Amino acid sequence: MSENIIDVCHLGKSFGTHEVLSDIDFSVRSGDVTTIIGSSGSGKSTLLRCINLLETPSSGNILFHGRDISESGFSVTSYRAKVGMVFQNFNLFSNMTVLQNCVVGQVKVLKKSKAEAEETAKFYLEKVGMLPYVNARPKQLSGGQKQRVAIARALAMEPEVLLFDEPTSALDPQMVGEVLAVMRQLANEGLTMIVVTHEMAFARDVSSHVVFMKDGVICEEGTPEDIFVNPKKDETKDFLARFIN
Amino acid sequence: MSELISGIVKCWNGYGMSYIIGARNTLIVSFIGTVVGCIIGFGVGIVQTIPKSKSDPLWKRALLFLVNLILKVYVEVFRGTPMIVQSVFIYFGAKMLFNIQMNIWFAALFIVSINTGAYMAETVRGGILSIDPGQTEGAKAIGMTHFQTMMSVILPQAFRNIIPQIGNNFIINIKDTSVLSVISFADLFFTHKSVVGALYLYFPSACIVMAIYLTMTVLASFLLRLLENKLDGDDSYDLATTDTLAYTSGLLSYHPKESRHRKTARGGN
Repeated sequence: MSENIIDVCHLGKSFGTHEVLSDIDFSVRSGDVTTIIGSSGSGKSTLLRCINLLETPSSGNILFHGRDISESGFSVTSYRAKVGMVFQNFNLFSNMTVLQNCVVGQVKVLKKSKAEAEETAKFYLEKVGMLPYVNARPKQLSGGQKQRVAIARALAMEPEVLLFDEPTSALDPQMVGEVLAVMRQLANEGLTMIVVTHEMAFARDVSSHVVFMKDGVICEEGTPEDIFVNPKKDETKDFLARFIN
Repeated sequence: MSELISGIVKCWNGYGMSYIIGARNTLIVSFIGTVVGCIIGFGVGIVQTIPKSKSDPLWKRALLFLVNLILKVYVEVFRGTPMIVQSVFIYFGAKMLFNIQMNIWFAALFIVSINTGAYMAETVRGGILSIDPGQTEGAKAIGMTHFQTMMSVILPQAFRNIIPQIGNNFIINIKDTSVLSVISFADLFFTHKSVVGALYLYFPSACIVMAIYLTMTVLASFLLRLLENKLDGDDSYDLATTDTLAYTSGLLSYHPKESRHRKTARGGN
């Protein structure tokens, strides 16, 4: 139990009377790459947003190192600093340069000195191949580059877990590759990741654990081999068949 | 016509310095009033956009409700009554109710600031709402508080978006501070009234005052446009598309060494 970073227990989420998630249970251990797959509207993104508390769960619990994140006295901001998030639409701060984007969180939240923060930021920008663009503004970058900067911004906080919410869905096919290349590298280096994605090749090749969601519940989960080679449920087979063709 | 010109000359020769001092006072009150009004507006805007959540403790919700109620009343009262009435109400009210004799400069600045603040509060709120919610989420996701998010991310962008409105307010203030003559603040219009009282040259003096007001407002809008252009910076939308990772198939791993010769690319200087 103690080696689990995140435990999601009986999580439910409703918007008004519309139930988006019900009775979600899964755990993430250190070094896991968990991918969440499923068709649009199945609740994947909502699940991820609940983990980061951008949405407040309606029922159930999320435990971070065994501690309930909804209990009073739990610091949401320092929790978020340890659980990074990469968005579908990048959400880079458009009033800042690439470097400032990666520095601001470290200085304001982690209270690092500016020099130290810039060094860390540059280290991670180099990792995603964006170091030559430290002075560029987000509007001058292509989609794939923005997403790589967004990844560097999240990494610069040195989080324990990084959540990816369909990181390649807003990109055209040419740019998907560059972002996936960075994510593969991070996975190989042992970063704990939870990835919501429609990139089945990535889910199959990179993840250690695959969760297939349908209509707000976990339909099937297991190793990539369990899901992609020997799926047990008809829903999983149907879903994957559509992607293979 | 010659009568008009000789009237204008007479006014100017006799009271030219008074007009200039009046215009200066008008500008000072309008400018400081607009700046302080903006600060009030930003403060009110930040408080009004604090996210409310049902899981907040009761005291926090009650406090927020109370503060928001006070701010709403403030905005409605000062936006919903004429500044000329507010001037009289505050200046003479302070004297009669609390026995405070306000310094005339303080009274003028106070009235203009608090009036502008009421308008700016709504403008700032609109400016904040105009920013993509993704910017807030991006900031929250790295652990920033509401205040940090506002100061570092949202307000700088909202500020750029509402500069035209701030300029609008400044120009309105240049004109509307003329109502402060009702509490004998020596602005440009008050000077006009005094000159007219001495010389009985209504129209010639009005011509001078019209010209000065128009010069000030036109100049103000020109300067504001310059400021806007400066804040927008370089309008280049060059996409920085040539780097090592772009156009890879996704199966290649990233090789840091390859990026060296790209460092001359845009933004790398």
